[in-house]
Amino acid sequence: MSDIKLPRSSPSIWAIAANITRGQYWFFAALGLICPFIAWAALSASAWVDPLFLPGPLEVFQRLYLWLVEDDLLGDTAISMYRVSAGFALSAVFALPLGLLIGAFRPVEALLEPLTDFVRYMPAVAFIPLVMLWFGIGESAKISIIFIGTFFQMVLMVAENVRLVPKAQIEAALTMGADRYEMIRLVLLQSAKPAILDTLRITMGWAWTYLVVAELVASNSGLGYAILKAQRFLKTDTIFGGIILIGLIGLLMDQSFRWLHRRSFPWLHGQR
Amino acid sequence: MSKVNIQQLGKVFGKASPNMVPALKDVNLSIEDNEFVTIVGASGCGKSTLLRILAGLETNSSGLASCDGHPITGPGAERAMVFQHYSLYPWLTVMDNIKFSRKLKVNRENLSSSDVEAASGRADALLDLIGLSKVASAYPNQLSGGMQQRVAIARALMGRPAVLLMDEPFGALDAQTREVMHDLILHIHRIEKTTIVFVTHDVEEAIYLGQRVVLMQPRPGRIHSIFPVPLPAQRNQDMKHAPEFRALRAEILDRIRESSGMATDQDLLDKLNQKAEQL
Repeated sequence: MSDIKLPRSSPSIWAIAANITRGQYWFFAALGLICPFIAWAALSASAWVDPLFLPGPLEVFQRLYLWLVEDDLLGDTAISMYRVSAGFALSAVFALPLGLLIGAFRPVEALLEPLTDFVRYMPAVAFIPLVMLWFGIGESAKISIIFIGTFFQMVLMVAENVRLVPKAQIEAALTMGADRYEMIRLVLLQSAKPAILDTLRITMGWAWTYLVVAELVASNSGLGYAILKAQRFLKTDTIFGGIILIGLIGLLMDQSFRWLHRRSFPWLHGQR
Repeated sequence: MSKVNIQQLGKVFGKASPNMVPALKDVNLSIEDNEFVTIVGASGCGKSTLLRILAGLETNSSGLASCDGHPITGPGAERAMVFQHYSLYPWLTVMDNIKFSRKLKVNRENLSSSDVEAASGRADALLDLIGLSKVASAYPNQLSGGMQQRVAIARALMGRPAVLLMDEPFGALDAQTREVMHDLILHIHRIEKTTIVFVTHDVEEAIYLGQRVVLMQPRPGRIHSIFPVPLPAQRNQDMKHAPEFRALRAEILDRIRESSGMATDQDLLDKLNQKAEQL
């Protein structure tokens, strides 16, 4: 039999929905993160823009370092993280059982979901004056704003997570004789858990947004407050540093949630 | 006394109105202990609805369905069901899926420690029966579709149900896997001595597995006829070429075509062919 040379098929990574190797993934991820920094450095070095409005990356990192050693960067970060965690935990404590009940029982859904939908569309930021009247500018004010900003979304998302439990999983448990309580504990909760953890990860991001909003208007400590104070003194490098730091903390938390997801649900990430 | 008894059963979805076609009308069927009954019919004939009423997942609008003399009013562990797919719990291993019913209160009342041991032995025996002992600690999404359905069958059998209800359990499998599953379920039926009600749209499958084939027709959903299968109790794949088998399959397929409107489609096709010739 003569040799037939088939054209060598090398699947292009640019084909739609193509697969890429892990190395390629990290290459593009690094590229996506580094390019903006290079563009930023080039732009600020090019005397096109006044360094007062756009400080270079180097100055920003210097400022972050000074903030750390001379000022209270760790204290600002700690108080901000405390507020996010407290507001977020408070939302979760109420949103998880409520979302579960809305997702599991139609009458509860009818009772609470339209109301939640309505409140959800009220801008959380608009509650700030009211919250300040009720709670002053203490810690409870910041925590309340984060709560208002995340709770209603979280309830609806958890309810949806529970509703998306495959019907066959529920019916199988019914035909094995599960009662209502067992259905919730052994099927709904277990089945929806991974999706609920994703919901928590996503709402954690929103909690950070509302934290900064709260600290911008009603605070005298924290990263958001530091950004606001820097604006008064035209310290744009501090503003940049604060924003980047918040972004980094957010990224770190997001990655920890993803790690927790892989860790808690091996059956989802297992080799097929 | 028969195992499952269905008398004058009717089902209407939603509010009854004069021009509403019932999903099921006047269904009468009695299934004996240890019988293997298959239900076949065109889509919309109510075969799945009938099975779901037996499982207690739907309620009947009229008539009576009973199992072991008790009227069926809701789901119960004595009537286990195997679904077409997605019914396994992906967060549990194969073994824990099979043992799932042991966690439920209905199965834990009045249990001695020897019962618990027996249950553990039964889970092992079932795993062996379906030939998946080696993957006991794997998760469902690591298994092929055929293996997943075997686990679903073992899980349903765990509580020794009086009746095993199967709703197109092999419908999503490829033809080769399906043949393997057919012989497996026949083997299980012999060993476990369960009563099986098996719904399918595949006529060949219905004849190969069933001792009786119930043919249903749509609008309204009703039983057209019941065919005893003229094959020996011990089936093998060669029987699919036997003249009795082929005759019965042809007969049932004809009846389905009559009732499902496929004949009208044939008319339409003929007309189109004539048109094409004229052009």
